[in-house]
This record gives sequence, C-alpha cells and structure tokens, in this order.
Amino acid sequence: MVGSVTGLIPAVFVLAGKGPLSSSLPIGLDLLSAFFLIAILFVSLLTALYSWGYLKGEPHMTVYCTFFPLLVGAMEAVVVARDGFLFLICWEVMSLASFFLVTAEHETPKVRHAGWIYLIATHLATAFLMAFFVILFKKAGSFAFDDFVRLSPLSASLSGILFLAALIGFGTKAGIFPFHVWLPHAHPAAPSPISALMSGVMIKTGIYGILRAFTFLGPPPLWWGETLIVAGIFSAVLGVLYALMQHDLKRLLAYHSVENIGIIVIGIGLGFIGRTLHNPILQLLGFTGALFHVWNHAIFKGLLFLGAGSVVHATHTRAIDRLGGLLKKMPVTGTTFLIASAAICGLPPLNGFISEWLIYVGLFRASQSLSQLPLFLSVAGVVGIAFAGGLAIACFTKVFGVVFLGEPRDPTIDGVKESSLSMRVPMGILALLCIGLGLYPQFVLPVLISICQQLDPSLLLTSALNETFSSLSTISIIFVMLLILIASLLIFCRFQLKSKIIRKALTWDCGYALPSSRMQYTAASFGEPIGTFFRVLLKPITSSRADHFEEHVVDLSERSFFAPLFQRANRFLTFVRRQQRNRIQDYLMYIFMTLVILLLWEVWFGI
Amino acid sequence: MEFSALPFIIHIFILAITPPFFLGIIAKTKAFFAGRKGPPLLQVYYDLIKLFRKGAVYSKTASPLLKVAPVIIVATTFVAGLLLPITGKAPFHFEGDLILFAYLLALARFAIILAALDVGSSFEGMGASREATFGAFSELAFFLGLVVLAVTTNALSLNAIFQWESVHPTLKPVFLLLFFSFFLILLTENSRIPIDDPNTHLELTMIHEVMVLDYSGPDLGLILYSASMKLFLFMALTTSLLWPQPMEWEWISIGTLFLKIAGMAVAIGIVESANARLRLIKIPQFLIANFVVTVFALLVTVFNKGT
Repeated sequence: MVGSVTGLIPAVFVLAGKGPLSSSLPIGLDLLSAFFLIAILFVSLLTALYSWGYLKGEPHMTVYCTFFPLLVGAMEAVVVARDGFLFLICWEVMSLASFFLVTAEHETPKVRHAGWIYLIATHLATAFLMAFFVILFKKAGSFAFDDFVRLSPLSASLSGILFLAALIGFGTKAGIFPFHVWLPHAHPAAPSPISALMSGVMIKTGIYGILRAFTFLGPPPLWWGETLIVAGIFSAVLGVLYALMQHDLKRLLAYHSVENIGIIVIGIGLGFIGRTLHNPILQLLGFTGALFHVWNHAIFKGLLFLGAGSVVHATHTRAIDRLGGLLKKMPVTGTTFLIASAAICGLPPLNGFISEWLIYVGLFRASQSLSQLPLFLSVAGVVGIAFAGGLAIACFTKVFGVVFLGEPRDPTIDGVKESSLSMRVPMGILALLCIGLGLYPQFVLPVLISICQQLDPSLLLTSALNETFSSLSTISIIFVMLLILIASLLIFCRFQLKSKIIRKALTWDCGYALPSSRMQYTAASFGEPIGTFFRVLLKPITSSRADHFEEHVVDLSERSFFAPLFQRANRFLTFVRRQQRNRIQDYLMYIFMTLVILLLWEVWFGI
Repeated sequence: MEFSALPFIIHIFILAITPPFFLGIIAKTKAFFAGRKGPPLLQVYYDLIKLFRKGAVYSKTASPLLKVAPVIIVATTFVAGLLLPITGKAPFHFEGDLILFAYLLALARFAIILAALDVGSSFEGMGASREATFGAFSELAFFLGLVVLAVTTNALSLNAIFQWESVHPTLKPVFLLLFFSFFLILLTENSRIPIDDPNTHLELTMIHEVMVLDYSGPDLGLILYSASMKLFLFMALTTSLLWPQPMEWEWISIGTLFLKIAGMAVAIGIVESANARLRLIKIPQFLIANFVVTVFALLVTVFNKGT
C-alpha cells in the first residue's frame, strides 16, 4: 500500500508535464507509461484498502499477502520497463502472481480448473510475445526499446507478422475475442478484490502492450486498423451477448470486460486508420477515446467487482437467481453498484458516456470522410457499439434488478448486513470518480492529447479538433442542468405529496393476493428473449419445468475453436508419448539428430 | 453559441406544454375510424391534472428507486428535447449531440426498466425484459439511421442535420427510406401498435403499460407525461425528415410545426386503426427488417456519394 502511494507521486509528476524520467536502469517513465501507471496504482491502492475488510475471517491470508504486492509490483514494472527482456520477465511474474491469486481458494476443483485454463492461456500469449521480442532482437541487436524504435521502417511482411504476434500475445491478456476464454473462468474463481485488480487494470497491460508495441513497428498499413476494428466489434457484441446469458455475478462481469476491451480496441483501430490516412482528427478521437476508456473501465469495472465482492462476502453465493432485495440491506454497495452499472452502459452523465462519445464521434466522422472498406467498418463500428450498448443496458438492468431490487429469492440471505467501512470507502471513492470524470472530462483531455502526440510526433492539432473538444464543455453544462432538473423535480414531488395520503400495499399481481418471492422474474427469464433470438450463435441449453426455468450457454470460441484445438493437440501428444520408451539409446539418437539438424541449418542459413 | 431568449423560451414552452395534446389527436383519429365520438382532445391534460391531485400507493417491496425513476425519466426526456430543433435552432447544439440525444433516451429506458424490476412482480419483470430486448434492437436501427443522416448531410449535430441549407431533400430516395425506418422506430420506442398496444388490458401481452402497473398518482402522471413528450420528440424528428425547419426562427414555424406533428399524429392513428398488434415473437424480426431498410438507405447514400 505504501508502495502504491510512493509510486503515484512520480507518475503524477510526469503527467503534470515535468518531462520523461530516465535512469541508468532499463526503465523509464513517459506519458504513456505514467497514464497506465496511475490507473494501476490507484486501483491497487483502493483494492488494498478494500481487502482489509474483505479478508477478515477468510483463510488464504498468506497466499494473498504474498502475491498481491508482487502482482502490483510486476504490473508497475511492466509499464515502466524499457527493455524487452525485463518486460518479458515482469510480464511472466505478473502472470504467475495472478495465477497464484486466482487459485487462492484452491480447495474447490472449479477454481483449480480455472487456474489451469488461465495458466495455459497466459503462457500461450507469452509464447507469442517471446517470438515478437526475439524477432525484434534479431533485427535490432539489443533488447532496448529505444533500439526497437530506431528500427523502423521494417519490411511489410515482417511488420505484419510482428503485428499479428503482438495482437495475439497482448490480445490474450487483454481478452480480445476469440482469445478471451480465460477471463470468464479466472475472474469468478479469484477472490473479488483480485478480480477487481485483474479486470480493472491487469488486462489493461495488454492494451498498454499493444500501444507500446506499435511504436516499434513504424507507420501502420490500413489492414492493421481494419483488423483491430473487426476484432473490437466482435469482442464488444459477443462479450455482452454472453454476459447477458450468465447467472454467475462475477462471470457476467468478466464477459463485460471482453465487451469494454472491444470498445477500446475499436478506438485504437480507428486511431490507426486515421494515422494511415493522415487524418489527425480520427487519430485523436480514436486514441483519446480508447485511452480514456481505459481509465474509465478501470474505475467502473473495479467498482463493479468490489461491489460484487461485497455481495458475495455477505451472501456467500454468486448465483444471481438466488439473490434479491439487497439494495435495502446494503444501501452503499447498492448505490455505488448502480452508478457503476449506468457508467458501464455508457449512460450520461457518467464517465463511460464521455469516452464512448469520443469514439462515436470519431466513427461518425470516419463514415463521413472515408470510403470503401474503412467506411463500412466505421459504420459497423457505430452499429456494433450501439447494439452492445443496448444489450449492456439489458444486462445491467438484469443484474441490478435481480440482485438489488425486488425480494430475496432465497430465505438464507434475509439477515445480510452492509459491508465494513474499509470496503465501503473505496467503492464510494470510485463512484464519485465515475460522476466527477463524467461531469468534468476536460481535466483529463490535455493529458490524452499529449499522449497521442507522443505516440505519433508528426500529429498536428487542427481547429476542427478544438470544435469537437469544445462540445465537451457544452455536454458538461447539459449534464449539470440535467442533475439540477432531477433534483428540483424531486423536491417538487416531495412537496406535492406532503399533504396527500400515501399508502403501502402489496405489489400488484393481477389481483392475486399472495405473491411469493419465488414468483419474481429471474435473470434467466429476463435474458430469454435475446437468447432465443440468437440461438443459432449462442446455442443455449434450456431446462424448463412448470415452475422453473434455466438457460446456459457455452462460449463459442471455447466450444468451436479451443476445445477442438486442444483435443487435436492431446491426440498428437499422446502419440508422441507412446513413442517414448525410456531407453537411453532413443534419447541419444534424439540428441544426435537435433545436433545434425542444427548443423545443417547453420550451414544452410549461415546464422 | 449564440443565444436569443425568445426562441429559447418558446422552445421550452412548446416542449413542456403541448405534447399531451397530440395523444388526444391520435385518440380522436382512432375513434373516428372506429365510428365512435372519442374522448375530448384535451383528455390527457384532464388525466394528468387528476393524477397530480391524487395521493400515492407504493408497493411494500419497493425501494426509493421507484420514486426517483419517474423524475429521472421526465428530466432526461426534457433535456433530450432541448437538443432537438423543433421550431428553429435547438437551444443546445454541438458536434455529436445526436449521440447524447440517443443516450439520454437510453438513460430513461434504463430507469424505467429498473423501476419495473423494483417491485418484484413477475408481470413487470416480463415487461422489463421485453423492453430491454426490443430497446436494444431499435437502438441498432436508430444509430444506423443516425449514421446515414450524418453521412448524407455531412453534419454531426441534430441542428445541422435537420436544417438543410440550399436543397430541399424531400424527394431523395434516402430520405423516403429513412422516413419509413424512423417511423417504425417511433412506433417501437413509443409502444404503439403493431409493437405494443397502449390500450390493452391483458398484462401478459403488454410491454410499456405492464412496467408501470405499480405506479399511481403523481408518479403515474409523470410517466404518462414523459411518454407523451417522448412521442412528441420522435414525431418532430421523423417529420423533419420530409419537412425540415427553416434556418432562422420565425413565428410561422410554430404553426408549421403544429401542422406537421398533427399530421403525423393522424398518421399514427390511422396505422393503429388499420393494424393489429404483432405477436411478441415476431417483433425482433420486425425490427431487423427495419434495420435492413436502413442498410438500404446507407447503400443508397454511399453510392450517391461515389458517383
């Protein structure tokens, strides 16, 4: 915790314009690093505070206390590393520390399974990153980032391969579709503050990696931006569709991370297209929107996971359909969760709206000024984000409505109490930030613009840009007006009702006088129309009786991409294992053959 | 942003006072086709006054959210109305305000769905689920419509989109397609036939009405009022596609506004008289068909641009 505070100070300094820091170690702190560093440290600080209350009476303290600071430290190191080798080591430490945290509650087989999936996913990603850095090392002759930057321009095919390696490697960590499979397993398994940390900031190191890696690769060709936008649209829409079908509170939130990463990636893709076509406005709107969404997502997703943690801590269940009526029992958790839900849906007047607005305006402008494929992609981007937004509203009204409103669906949660102060304070701070950044985004904008200039020094600021950003001040005015209007109408209604008779009665159930809490609509029923409409894609498994309805889905990419892939791999490896008879002669032959092949290679290619 | 007081005040006045009147026109039209005399034109005002005079009954299950939601809905709809040009320039206009307009209406939807879930009734849950589903689909078509408008007029503000400078676009095929698409969105968003029947009395088949079953008194009044305002906004938006506002504010534009929205209300009345409500399972297909119409409009725009 103390480390987080001391770490925040230099990061704030750099953002305040004191210029990049550098030292003899292969680390450095420029604007891009500082931007991510602040998000990491801030969320870590609040989760550390939250864990204080959360961990009381929980086992696994030792694992938690060892690996939590290690994870935070490794994330910091990843964003400040200025050397490929150091970066990879820190990346691996980060992955392993989070693996141990995910498996903290290792008694349940489900958690071990989740940890296993996470471990495989993250190492596959690291393999691609290793390839990425080794190829760059080959070309540059050193691991230093500065040498990588000096490399450009690389040949088109080489930079294309590097782009794909970076996209898969970092995209797996970030959770871009179809590499997101580990997220919905690992997030529910981990203790809630860790989920908040992982979903809020750790997956953002993937985004950082993508942005950092692309500074090495020189000017991007058009298809990079297009690929990113397509990947982003798929992540956004499919992420939220799967989220809608979940019944596990934290698994649902994990799928929403996929959605939001999708939105960020759409923004980055737009930025790249703008850069390729020398359209500074698109570049700025895309990158600022994406970067701002990185912060915003860290704030509201962190808050949502902490809120989910409070719910799980109090009720000992993550099944949405067993909860209900918690708003009256846990008012602070409920209210902050509501604010975060509205923010993640991109609703005004909160921070999520501002970043989505920036990306929207960028895409609208792109569809006005571009032609052919980029035009259609930007229209698809608008429609994709809009549809994802509409489904996110469905999803979060479902979560909030079923968990916090109505009556408890399970008698065991009647005696639930609000969580402790050290858990409420971080949630309160994050909720205030959601509102604050929504009402006054101008505070962050100059920083975002200078980061964009750092990413592309040739970027020019045009007057059209000022026009767009001055719109933000009008938006602030409108938001304040909206809040004042709501407040004054509320006071007016209070007065209006003062002299009137107010009664309490049972909920109207068409004349039926004895409604029970089991008659309420459940999350499964709520999502059913959408599940039915997309049944071709989602393949929901429903089980319904007269008094009971359930619906489950299995992930598309898990079902039809990774499962067959690993089955094949398993078959092949079983074959390999059968050849292994533990005879020393065999091993000697393998060693000999390897040496011969290496020798031939040496002769052939003259490495 | 230049600011002149009189159009601003008149804009607010029209937005706040007139919307319930047009519900009366729809009811009259439907009564005419059914061969009835129908309620008086100002019936909705009488209803509102009666509701505001009453006390309220709240469900025992409900949280304070139930009381806050109607206020949020009215406020967001009203603020959205300030972004839409109805008689001249909109009071607030800036680059990208069309996105804010759509999202303010989304916030209203968010609030009403939560309010429906707040009382824990299975009927209201059903309505909420339908509203959420159909809302997502209509948002799809709505945003695509907005993109097509933005591409066609090369503007990013509702104000500029709905005020063409030189050419009168009425007979362009894009606008006819868009008009059709926005009209269907209007019917969906405002729970009119064939999506939803505002006069139905069977809870199982309702969408919007079932969500507000547990409201009474002034809260119900606020919801009714905001629904009329939302309908008014959509009617103004849709009619502007075929009959745009003048660039500068004039007294006469108030008259033309009333004329075109009354015409729209009659059209809605005719559609409602001539059609039956769709089966609920057909509604997403209806909305996707609408989306396809908008895609056509997009193609037309793009090819026009190319040549």
